[in-house]
Amino acid sequence: MQALAIAMVIVGGVSIFIMSLSTLDSLFETRENYYRNHHFADVFASLKRAPLSLVKRIEEIPGVNKVETRVLAYVNLDVEDFNDPVSGHLLSLNANSSGLLNQIYLRKGRLLEAGRDNEVLLSEEFARAHNLQPGDKLAATINGRRKVLDVVGHVLSPEYIYQIAPGAMFPDYLRYGVLWTARKPLASAYDMDGAFNNVTLTLSKDGNEQDVIDRLDELLKPYGGVGAYARKDQLSNRFLTEELKQQKTIATIFPLIFFGVAAFLLNVVASRLISLQREQIAGLKAFGYSNFSIGLHYTKLILMITAIGVIAGIGFGIWMGKGMSNIYMTFYSLPFMIYVLKAEVIIAAVLISMGVAVLGTLYAVSKAASLPPAQAMRPEPPAMYQTTLVEKLGLQRWFSQPTRMIFRHIERRPFKSLMTTLGISMALGTMMIGGFQEGAIKHMVEVQFGMSQRSDLTAIFTEPTSQRSLYSLQSLRGVEHVEGFRVVTAKFQFEHRSYRTTVQGIDPNGSLMRLLDTRLKVIDLPPEGIILTDYLAEILHIEVGDMLTLEVLEGDRPVVQVPVVGMAKEYLGLNGYMQLNSLNRLLNEGHAISAAWLKVDKLHQSHVYAELKGAPRIAGVVEQASAIESFYETMDETILFFTFITTLLGGSIAFGVVYNSMRIALSERNRELASLRVLGFHKAEVAYILLGEMAVLILIAIPLGIMIGYGLCAFLAFQFDSDLYRIPLVLGLKVYAFAALVVIGSSVISALMIWRNLAHLDMVAVLKTKE
Amino acid sequence: MSPDSQSRHQTLDENVVFHVHDVTKVYQMGEVQVRALRGVDIDLHRGEFTVLLGASGSGKSTLLNILGGLDTPTEGHVFYGENDLTRATESELTEYRRFHVGFVFQFYNLIPSLTARENVAVVTEIAKSPMQAEEALKLVGLQNRLDHFPAQLSGGEQQRVAIARAIAKNPDVLLCDEPTGALDSKTGIVVLQALQRVNQELGTTTAVITHNAGIAQMADRVIHLTDGLISKVYENETKLQPDELKW
Repeated sequence: MQALAIAMVIVGGVSIFIMSLSTLDSLFETRENYYRNHHFADVFASLKRAPLSLVKRIEEIPGVNKVETRVLAYVNLDVEDFNDPVSGHLLSLNANSSGLLNQIYLRKGRLLEAGRDNEVLLSEEFARAHNLQPGDKLAATINGRRKVLDVVGHVLSPEYIYQIAPGAMFPDYLRYGVLWTARKPLASAYDMDGAFNNVTLTLSKDGNEQDVIDRLDELLKPYGGVGAYARKDQLSNRFLTEELKQQKTIATIFPLIFFGVAAFLLNVVASRLISLQREQIAGLKAFGYSNFSIGLHYTKLILMITAIGVIAGIGFGIWMGKGMSNIYMTFYSLPFMIYVLKAEVIIAAVLISMGVAVLGTLYAVSKAASLPPAQAMRPEPPAMYQTTLVEKLGLQRWFSQPTRMIFRHIERRPFKSLMTTLGISMALGTMMIGGFQEGAIKHMVEVQFGMSQRSDLTAIFTEPTSQRSLYSLQSLRGVEHVEGFRVVTAKFQFEHRSYRTTVQGIDPNGSLMRLLDTRLKVIDLPPEGIILTDYLAEILHIEVGDMLTLEVLEGDRPVVQVPVVGMAKEYLGLNGYMQLNSLNRLLNEGHAISAAWLKVDKLHQSHVYAELKGAPRIAGVVEQASAIESFYETMDETILFFTFITTLLGGSIAFGVVYNSMRIALSERNRELASLRVLGFHKAEVAYILLGEMAVLILIAIPLGIMIGYGLCAFLAFQFDSDLYRIPLVLGLKVYAFAALVVIGSSVISALMIWRNLAHLDMVAVLKTKE
Repeated sequence: MSPDSQSRHQTLDENVVFHVHDVTKVYQMGEVQVRALRGVDIDLHRGEFTVLLGASGSGKSTLLNILGGLDTPTEGHVFYGENDLTRATESELTEYRRFHVGFVFQFYNLIPSLTARENVAVVTEIAKSPMQAEEALKLVGLQNRLDHFPAQLSGGEQQRVAIARAIAKNPDVLLCDEPTGALDSKTGIVVLQALQRVNQELGTTTAVITHNAGIAQMADRVIHLTDGLISKVYENETKLQPDELKW
């Protein structure tokens, strides 16, 4: 029974360890493999229009390996029976080809056929969201002209593992898709015959990334290049990298906690097993065995049990790791998954388990073997106890004898009590992570979309336009309020640091976009100067009052100096904000806007959508509310799953620690408790002593666990901070309460199981036997 | 008269504390049946100091455990006053031990985390009309060791704490299972003196089981058990003092 307990503890610890780490390694390996085999580009650049003859010059840039040009368009899509605005990126692709770079992976159907201008391949997620099968049709507004396209296949692309619409913050597979179609019709629609507006390239082995980017920028400047960027800045890859970084943190923290607790339990259970063998050890010594050979014997015994646990744990861990990897494969729409189990992971698991088991064993054996055999065969002398600190403080007279027993027992084994408490605290802390993520994301969305960006729709114009366009939007039935804004991509530079993002010129009196300070109070936008997202200021090491250099990457590409006049709190993305007029002046243009925020009456929503879909000058429409809703849906599932996992883990840690501690306490104190039963104590009174001790430790563990949980969440929030998003450290009462309740629940279950054992305390046997 | 009503009649005798009627106890040890008691009939009287004498395996511990409400017979009845212990529920037996019985065991069974005083208090806290813990410890001569933990006490002292614990609740009966079994003779005598003093000063009905025939000489009455049956019962005409005993 004890052996089984040891083996179970190891199986739990080892399997979680192997599962987490192998899943993580598999994800990284799979991504690398996917990128390599599908020739994911190293450098990406968009531009207005350049002749194909430029390709040769790009290829001549030192360090460039392969170059592929494309025609890329942002279009409105029309899916039957779906009224909400749908937009997508349409990419050119040669017939019967999966591309030179960023090769697509055909999941269903076939590739594009030569001479078929209307064929289209859909990103699998988008196709699945709308249940569009090969043979189905959908319509696209390509440069103002509606065109019906035939779906011929579903594909995956290393370039769009994460599919996020421009301006959107989350993937929304219903409202944004990626499509591939023949180059010729696409080029003619956008006047790109013999030209391109997007280029990607790979580097040769000795290629210098930054050097290539600089030269490419130089080359593309006259053709309206908006700045080349490296793979690490590619949107999908960046999101994936951030996600993997999070996974890595979590996949390291969890198994460490779990394994740590398992190691502690292993140590405790192994020591107990040995101390029960006290008399046998004395017997062996009496027969002339040396301490060394006895130690060796028990070490072998424990190692054998441990080995069984480790082998089972590895097997179970691999099985769970494969299952987990497959879940991730679906989650990230990866075409395949390479399961990787590194030798060092197994070696670490084996060494830690064996090491801990041997240490626990040797300690217990040396304690048992240090006694002369004759003494060891006599009953163990009563353990030494002391009056506890709490009692010395004058509280003693308030305590009944059983209560004193509880405190003294805790204090006699301070290390064990501490480790038990710590184990439970860890379990509680672990469980707070799930709730923290949920709460943090809700808070992010509330602040970003409830307090800051309050429009229902964002309409993006095909090109900067006059403010008069707002009137036509305003006149649509159902539109309550419209505010135009200007977005321009720029390189933000301060000292030697730079960052590429957008400057938004907004109406200072507008109500649909408000900037918030760190205390979430609305900031007034001054007539001159720029306000930066606080995290952007941190990246640039710039402070209020400093002069920021803006290198605009559009139009005449002016390079200007702007004073930083404030910081804004934003959880998603990084931006600079100026008054619209001020930005227009900076760009040497009239009162131009490039997009508009709309507030729409819910009743007329579909009408507004229909009008916008048909509007030739609207490149795309992003709908906030439904995007948030669908984000919540996908997020809810993931978070629910994650919360389930953390709860399961935390709950089982709590259960494991509490149950094992009580089991051992019961075995150690069997005699004492049975004696009390003999003296006329009721079952409940005896249970009070055993369970009371645990209850005290749990009561200490709950506030400690809350602190550990807070620390863990703060650590995660800090780790997850990136230019894509910052996770606020918001922990609701619900999060604390839930974690504490699960701990209490697991403890109650353990207590009930122990109660059954207490009912069978053998009073007669305990009086006859020595310890 | 049926044996049942006859026994009921007998228990009404004010002087009889325990009335044991035709008690058998069979243990199942694996595939072997062990008959520990094979039809025992005996009465124990109020205020009496009884020694149950027998070799190991004679069934004396089994009988004591049944009297103490720790075990139930396979057949037969045990009356404590008017109450049939064989029909009591587990919780009634707990109450019985709690309020009426004091136990002393061979291995003391003290609570190591409690001092001498507290080991007594653990029982007086739940008793109905107990004496002070200090008073009980004084009766066994340990008034100077009140705040010592069991680990700080000798075997004899530990056993005397156990006696103090057993008598502090003012029990109706004191049941002692080999109380000197783990002690040397000198210490054993001190312990027996304590038991005798309790019996004489408080008038507590006392039953001591032992395999040591020497101890029998201090008893009012001696009951011999052999192979699960009572083989001999006699009263000592002249009782010896504990310090006169030889073993």
